[in-house]
Amino acid sequence: MTAFTATVEVRLKRGVLDPEAETTARALERLGFELEELRSADRFEVDIDAESADAARERATEMAERLLANPTIHDYEVGVEERRA
Amino acid sequence: MTVAVVQFGGSNCDRDTVRALGALGVEAELVWHEDGLPDDADGVVIPGGFSYGDYLRAGAMAARSPVMAEVRAAADRGTPVLGICNGAQIGCEASLTPGAFTTNESARFQCEHVHLRVENADTPWTRRYKEGEVLEFPIAHGEGRYEVADDRLAALAEDDRILFRYCDADGAVTPEANPNGSKHSVAGATGDRGNHVAVLMPHPERVTLADVASTDGADLLRAFED
Repeated sequence: MTAFTATVEVRLKRGVLDPEAETTARALERLGFELEELRSADRFEVDIDAESADAARERATEMAERLLANPTIHDYEVGVEERRA
Repeated sequence: MTVAVVQFGGSNCDRDTVRALGALGVEAELVWHEDGLPDDADGVVIPGGFSYGDYLRAGAMAARSPVMAEVRAAADRGTPVLGICNGAQIGCEASLTPGAFTTNESARFQCEHVHLRVENADTPWTRRYKEGEVLEFPIAHGEGRYEVADDRLAALAEDDRILFRYCDADGAVTPEANPNGSKHSVAGATGDRGNHVAVLMPHPERVTLADVASTDGADLLRAFED
C-alpha cells in the first residue's frame, strides 16, 4: 500500500449563478481592487492508502460522485499525489 | 394513516409539521432518523430545518443517511413522500426529485411570505386547489434557488410535474415575484417515481393552523388524508 493525498476540487458548472462569489467580488472591489470576475471552488484533501495512484484516484472520484459534488450544479477535478510522512 | 415526520439532527420544523397534521386529523409521529421508518408509515414528511448544519450543501448529509434509503424504498412502493424546505433540499440530494436547491440569488437568508401559483392541480398535493389559484405561503431559506438542467426543466414542464411557481398577488409569474432566483420560478415539483413524491421550499405547515396565519397550506397537507 502507498500513502496518497487525493484532492477533489468542486466548482459550480459554467453558467450556474454563484451569488457568494459575486458578493465576494463586490467586497474586493469595495476594498479598491480591480477585477473582472471571481469564481470560487471547494477543495477537499483526502488522505488515502491504496495499491496505486489509479486506485486512489478511482476512490476519490467515487467520493466526488457520491457526496462531494452535486452533478446537477457541479463539475469536479480529482488530483492524486504521493503523501510523504 | 400514520405519517412519519423524520427528524435529523438540526431539523426544526418537525414538531410544527406533526402539530399541523394533527390539527387536520391526520395521525403523525416524529421518527428519529436512526430509528428507521416504522413499518406502518403510510406517509413520510421530510421536514424543514438545518440538518447537519447544512454542512457541505444543504441536505447533502441527511440525504445519504440510511433512513433515506428506506424513504426511497417506501416511495418506490407508492407511499406519499413530501419534502418541505430543508426536506426539499434533502429530497433533491437524495434523488427523489430532480434538480437542486442552492444559494439564493440574493446570497441572503430570506424569511418572508410569497405567492405561489398552482401549476398542476391534478396531483395528490394540489388536487384540493384549482389550477392557477394563488396561495400565500411563507419561505425561510438561504438555499432555495431551484437549479436544474434546461432539458430536465423542459421535461418537468412537459410532464406537468411543476407544482407551484412563485408569482405576484395576481398570479403573474414575473422576475420581481421570484424571491430567490429559482429557474422558471419553480417553488415545488414532483418526483421521478410519480406525483406521490413532491418537494417544495415554501412551508405549508406554517399556514395550516388558523391561529397562526392563513390556512392556505392545509389543503396540501390534507393529501395525507387520502
